[in-house]
Amino acid sequence: MSKLAGSLREAITACGLKDGMTVSFHHHLRNGDHTLNQVLAEIAGMGIKNLRIEASSLFAVHAPLVEHIKNGVVTAIGTGYMSGPLARAVSEGILPGPARFRTHGGRPAAMERGTARVDVAFIAAPAADPMGNLSGVLGPAACGSLGYAMTDARYAGKVVALTDHLLPYPLFPASIQEDRVDYVVQLSSIGNPQGIVSGTTRMTRDPVALAIARLAARVIEHSGLIKDGFSFQTGAGGASLAVTQYLKPIMRRLNVRGSFGLGGITGYLVEMLEEGFFDSLLDVQCFDLKAVASIRDNPRHQEISAARYASPLAKSAAVDSLDAVVLGALEIDTDFNVNVHADSNGIIAGGSGGHADTAAGAKLAIVAAPLFRARLPIIVDRVLCVTTPGDTVDVLITQRGIAVNPGQPELKDRLVRAGLPVYDIVKLKEMAEGYTGVPAPVKPEGKVVGEVEYRDGRVIDVIRAVR
Amino acid sequence: MIRSLLFVPGNSPAMLQNADIHGADALILDLEDAVALKEKDGARALVKHAVKALNFGGLPLVIRVNPLGSPYLEDDLLAMVPLRPAYLMPTKVSGAGDIQRISARMAEIEASRGMKSGCVGLLPLIETALGVENAFRIASSDPRVQGMLLGAEDLASDLGAARSKAGREIFYARGRMVMAARAAGILVFDTPFTDVDDEEGLEKDAGFAKSLGFDGKAAISPRHVAAINLAFSPTVVEINYAREVMAAIPKGEEAGLGVVSLHGKMVDKPIVERAKRVLAAARQLGLEGEDE
Repeated sequence: MSKLAGSLREAITACGLKDGMTVSFHHHLRNGDHTLNQVLAEIAGMGIKNLRIEASSLFAVHAPLVEHIKNGVVTAIGTGYMSGPLARAVSEGILPGPARFRTHGGRPAAMERGTARVDVAFIAAPAADPMGNLSGVLGPAACGSLGYAMTDARYAGKVVALTDHLLPYPLFPASIQEDRVDYVVQLSSIGNPQGIVSGTTRMTRDPVALAIARLAARVIEHSGLIKDGFSFQTGAGGASLAVTQYLKPIMRRLNVRGSFGLGGITGYLVEMLEEGFFDSLLDVQCFDLKAVASIRDNPRHQEISAARYASPLAKSAAVDSLDAVVLGALEIDTDFNVNVHADSNGIIAGGSGGHADTAAGAKLAIVAAPLFRARLPIIVDRVLCVTTPGDTVDVLITQRGIAVNPGQPELKDRLVRAGLPVYDIVKLKEMAEGYTGVPAPVKPEGKVVGEVEYRDGRVIDVIRAVR
Repeated sequence: MIRSLLFVPGNSPAMLQNADIHGADALILDLEDAVALKEKDGARALVKHAVKALNFGGLPLVIRVNPLGSPYLEDDLLAMVPLRPAYLMPTKVSGAGDIQRISARMAEIEASRGMKSGCVGLLPLIETALGVENAFRIASSDPRVQGMLLGAEDLASDLGAARSKAGREIFYARGRMVMAARAAGILVFDTPFTDVDDEEGLEKDAGFAKSLGFDGKAAISPRHVAAINLAFSPTVVEINYAREVMAAIPKGEEAGLGVVSLHGKMVDKPIVERAKRVLAAARQLGLEGEDE
């Protein structure tokens, strides 16, 4: 027996894909992914219409989806994150209904509940054997962890693995194993691994972001959490990612050995693992090629599924053991609600990813962002869209000061005693407005184009169409 | 106390609005080399409005103006003197005459605005061979001159020497500048280190400048500020020694001794003066309580 299909079309046909069904994709190849576009082009060519996409994230590289939506091939989308031309088109109302935004932990939970049902999962596998044992660490498009795809393999009706690196049976080590995989298809290329390193995962040189990161590291230092066993995660982008480099000297000075680094893993966390600052890394997704090499070669760098990472239905998830997380924000309001979904014009510009999950799980959830971007304050009275509820956010750090959630008086005391610049969040907002003035409110009033589903399955906010 | 002076391009709104967050002790808002010729007017207007609208964290402001003989200096002076920055930084200064001409024009502008004469200081940039040779004359040319900055890039070019990280080509100039400044009783600041990514090179360069007697050093990148501040701050060892020196003096007096000995070494007046300077600096920087 072999599960090797002669072509992509043969596999799609064998899965029984029909109008109105749901297909899923994972995003470990990030902006270098070639599989989603190839699969949808094939499906469109077969005349199948009215599909729902369940993706863990969608990037600029997936712009051809816009045409598939216009042609009726795709009529619904669920995703953890969306950027590029597709995000713009969805904001303009191209879909018949709203896109469903979930968190990275909420997606496996929704699949477990059955609210996100997948008929056919397409899994980009950097290496595979003919029986469907899949690895992310081998092959020309090695992307490291296959954490998000594990969920798809577990819950989808049919599973099709796509690979450009076929190895003899039994492939070792297999992240996803043959018991979950129906078909294996060989493609000439599943992706460009250089695309894994997107702009949001590169270490910033922006001095303002670095100043924020330095301050964030000091907040963590004085939070009382840095002791043996300390665990840590940063989000992608700007100041959050840069905190890692300032944390290291603090951990060295305090002679602390951490237990684990979590999340999207970068080369900086790999260095900290190798230098003994952490005992292990728990990796749901690699953010750069150094992380890919590490997860392949270092047994302390462990691959975890999306469910183990952050699912609220998991018996326990790694985020529940997390001490500190540093996250970004497009906006934060005076109740500490954070928006990473919509930009200042209300246009879709991202999504939660693990934002809401880690904020809920971590003992200390830090939002690090510049006080203003271009001419707009980051702090507003009410965010355009709530991604992460304010009661799960502990502290905001900007280049000109810190605001502590009033629900954390003890943390506030500690930071004040350490001589850090702590202000009321309203005061910080006024400080920002001193530079920028008070911007006219933006209030998109078109139809609902996005629904924000919190990790527990509730829709906590909507995104409306922009003109 | 000025250990670090951060250059900020006068034509960059983003950098101007965040200039005070990087920990620098003073800011040099630049109208000269960081600004392209076609942007001179725009930068002047931007700096003028920025200084009026922002308080830059209360940091001392230095405004670097275009050189004498350029068509921009007169407009720079007219726009900048009324803003009352702590200092203007005249460029390519080669002799006392340069300072006196600029100072006289500043006095006219001050008078015309009803400002106190001499309220804006000068911190000339010395970046020519002639300037270095005339350093003492420049330093003592006018009461406005309260400090000097060495500019090694232009100087090396004037010397016909290649600029190097080791800085052998500017060794004489550095020594001469410190000597002149101390003789005239003014501050003296070292040239910026120009490799933004070489932290280790920066630490060495700043440490060397401190060892020559410089008060501080300019920075062309916010990422250099922390290392410069550290290099020009008294160390814990220095502070503790200074405390021991100050504690030893009354004991010596009680014992009726003219000269006190500490750890087998004689403590005389220069050592006491130095200890006082270290403790004053530590107090100003809030470093005194660190080990108590």
